Amino acid sequence: MAAQSDTPVLELVDLVAGYRSRQGPLGRSRAVRAVAGVNLAVRAGETVCLVGESGCGKSTVARAVVSLLRPIAGEVRFDGRDVTALDRAGRRDLRRQVQLVFQDPYASLNPKMTVHDLLSEAWRIHPGIVPRGDWDAEVAALLERVGLNPGHATRYPHQFSGGQRQRISIARALAVRPRLIVCDEPVSALDVSIQAQILNLLARLQRELGVAYLFITHDLGVVRHFADRVAVMHLGTIVESGQTEQVYERPAHPYTQALLSAAPSVDDWRAQEGEEIVLRGDVPSPLDPPSGCRFHTRCWKARDLCRAEEPALVRRDTDHPVACHFATDAHVVAADGH
Amino acid sequence: MTELLTVSDLAVSFGEVRAVRGVSFGVAEATTLAIVGESGSGKSLSSLAVLGLLPAQAQVTAGSIHWDGRDLRACGADELRQLRGTDIAMIFQDPLSALNPSLTVGYQIGEMFRRRRGLGRDEARRRAIEAMTEVGIPDAARRAGSYPHEFSGGMRQRVMIAMALALDPRLLIADEPTTALDVTVQAQILRLLRKRQRDGLAMIIISHDLGVVARTAQSVVVMYAGRAVESGPVADLYTVPAHPYTLGLMAASPSARDAGRRPQPIDGYPPDGAALPTGCAFHPRCPFARQRCRTEDPELRTVAPGRTSACHFAEEVLSRGGAVGHPRA
Ligand SMILES: Nc1ncnc2c1ncn2[C@@H]1O[C@H](COP(=O)(O)OP(=O)(O)OP(=O)(O)O)[C@@H](O)[C@H]1O
Ligand SMILES: Nc1ncnc2c1ncn2[C@@H]1O[C@H](COP(=O)(O)OP(=O)(O)O)[C@@H](O)[C@H]1O
Ligand code: SF4
Ligand SMILES: [Mg+2]
Ligand SMILES: [Mg+2]
Repeated sequence: MAAQSDTPVLELVDLVAGYRSRQGPLGRSRAVRAVAGVNLAVRAGETVCLVGESGCGKSTVARAVVSLLRPIAGEVRFDGRDVTALDRAGRRDLRRQVQLVFQDPYASLNPKMTVHDLLSEAWRIHPGIVPRGDWDAEVAALLERVGLNPGHATRYPHQFSGGQRQRISIARALAVRPRLIVCDEPVSALDVSIQAQILNLLARLQRELGVAYLFITHDLGVVRHFADRVAVMHLGTIVESGQTEQVYERPAHPYTQALLSAAPSVDDWRAQEGEEIVLRGDVPSPLDPPSGCRFHTRCWKARDLCRAEEPALVRRDTDHPVACHFATDAHVVAADGH
Repeated sequence: MTELLTVSDLAVSFGEVRAVRGVSFGVAEATTLAIVGESGSGKSLSSLAVLGLLPAQAQVTAGSIHWDGRDLRACGADELRQLRGTDIAMIFQDPLSALNPSLTVGYQIGEMFRRRRGLGRDEARRRAIEAMTEVGIPDAARRAGSYPHEFSGGMRQRVMIAMALALDPRLLIADEPTTALDVTVQAQILRLLRKRQRDGLAMIIISHDLGVVARTAQSVVVMYAGRAVESGPVADLYTVPAHPYTLGLMAASPSARDAGRRPQPIDGYPPDGAALPTGCAFHPRCPFARQRCRTEDPELRTVAPGRTSACHFAEEVLSRGGAVGHPRA
C-alpha cells in the first residue's frame, strides 16, 4: 500500500448536504438531508472507502467533495482550507486537484469526442500543465499508463468495451495530475474478471503517482482488498470507521456486522443456514429518518435509549470510532438477528 | 434423482450471431441449479428459450427441452403460456417492467388467483395479502393498495417473487433476482428462496455473482461466450474447478471473508458474439492455452463423476487443485 503522510488532503467536518425534494406535483418542497453530519479524512496517497447501501448518501458526499453541491452546514477542507472560502484562482486549482470517476463509463464520456480530445480537453482549460506541443506524446503516455494501445487515440468511446472505457475515464482524471480522485462505484458496472483489472490499475497508479482515493462502493469484497481505511455509511451518517482489517475482523456496529455477514462471498459454499444476520423490514427514507439512532428500526439490539437519543461516533480503541449505544465485538453477537 | 426439467445442447441464434452455442442443464425437485457467467454469455437467453419467451428475432436452432416428460419444443404458444401460469414461474431481471404501473400491487397478485384459480374478489384479495406477508412485506394488508412506483426496489422484487410463488409452481426460474438489491435485502430474499426450495420447489438461479450462487445452489453451470464450459456440484466446482475460466472467475471474485486472497484479473476482454475466436473461445485469455486450443473447439465432456468441462486440458486444471478451498470455520 502507498506511503502515507499525516496531512489530510481532504477533510469533511460535520458535513451536512442534500437536496430539496417535492412530494407529488402539488406537494410542498422539503429538504432531504442526504448527508447528515459526516466527518472523514483522506490523507495523501491513501485509499479510503465509503461503503453503504443504496441511497445512504455516498454520491452526495462525492458531489459535495467536488463542489457540485454546496454544503448546508459543515465544511469540506482541501489541504486544510475550507473550499467554500476559496477565491477564483483557488477554486480553479481545486477543480484540477480533485477529479471524479463515475460508475458509468458510457454516460460520462462524450461520444462525439475522440480519446485524444477527451484526454487533452482539460489542458485547454488548465493551461500550463502540458505545453501544446507535447499533447500527442502525453496522450500516448497516458494511454500506455492505463493499459490501452497508444495507437487508439483517434478512436471514439463506442469503439471500446466497458472496461476499456473505464480506463479512458481514469486516464482523463489523471491528465491534470490530481492529488485526489473521487471514484463513485468505478467497477460496479463491470464484469468481475474486468473489475480486478481496473482495481489493480488504480492500485498501481497510486504507487506510481501517490494519488489519494476516496472510493465509493457498495461491494464489501472490493473494500476489503482495496481500502487502507473504511467508513461505513448508513442513512446519511457514518456508523463506524477504521483500518480496513480492524473493521472487517472486529466490526462493532450492528449494521456493519449485518452487512459483513450478509455479503455473499465465494467462500460461502459451506455456510450454514441461519449463519448470516438477516435484518427485518425495509431501509427507512432519508426524507423521514427514524428518531434517535437512525438504524433502530432494523436493529436487533435496539432499546428505548436508541429510539430517543442519537449515538455519537465515539472512539473505542485506537482510531476505530463507532456510533452505537450498545457497540460490541463481532464474536459475542448472536448468529441470527431475530 | 429424476429431473423435472432437462435441457440438452440448446442453441439460440440471432440470424448469423450464435448467441447460445450448446448448453445443457437439468433440475430436480427441491434442488437449485445456478447458471453463472459474465454479461452477454447467454444466461438470460438460455432460460427464456425454455419458456418460449425469446425475443422475436431470436430462434432456437438446436437442442431439446423436456419438462416432466413433455417435449417443450413441440408445444404451441398456448400450451407454453398455460405451463408458465401454473407449473413454471419466472422472475425477470428487471422487476419494474413486469408490473403494471396503473394497477395496485394487491390487485395484480389477486388477479392471478382470479384468473387461474377462479377465486372471487374477496378471497383473491385475502390470498394476495397472504402471499405478500410470506415474502416479508411489512403491513401487507395496507401495502396491497399501493402502486408499484410506491415501493422501493427491494419491495418490488419481493412483490415479483410473491407473484411468481403465488400459484405454487414446481419450478422457479429467477434471472438475477437480487442483482439490483442491497446486501441486507438480498439476504432476506435469498433466505426466502432457500426455504421454498427446501419445501420442494425446483429453482434455476441465473447470476453473475459466485457468492450468491454459493449461498443458494447445489449445482452449477458456468457459461462463457454462449457455451457451457463447466458443470458440476457446487462443493466440487468451488473447491477444484475443472475449467480455466471457472478458475479465473473464482480468483477474480473479491472475497469479503478472506483477507489473504486478493482478486486476480483475467487478462483481456470477453469476445463479441459476432467475432468469436477460433478454436476454444477462451483461448486468448487462457493461461493454459496451447496450439491445439487455437484450432480445435473442445467438447464438453465428463471429467469426473457428475462433472463436465469443455477444456482440452481439464485434467491438468483439476490436478492444479484448489481455488477457494477454505470453507468458513
Ligand atoms: N437530485 C436529487 N434530488 C432529490 N433527492 C436526491 C437527489 N439526489 C439524491 N437524492 C436523495 O438523496 C439520498 C442519497 O442519495 P445518493 O445518490 O447520495 O445515494 P448513494 O448512497 O450514492 O446511493 P447509490 O448506492 O444508489 O448510488 C437518496 O435518498 C436520494 O433519493
Ligand atoms: N434482443 C437481442 N438482439 C440481438 N442480440 C441479443 C439480444 N438479446 C441478447 N443478445 C445477444 O445474445 C448474447 C447473450 O445474451 P443474454 O442471454 O441476454 O446474456 P446474459 O443474460 O448472459 O447477460 C449477448 O451477446 C447479446 O448481445
Ligand atoms: S481448451 Fe485450451 S484455451 Fe480453452 S480453456 Fe482449455 S486450455 Fe484454455
Ligand atoms: Mg450513488
Ligand atoms: Mg441477463
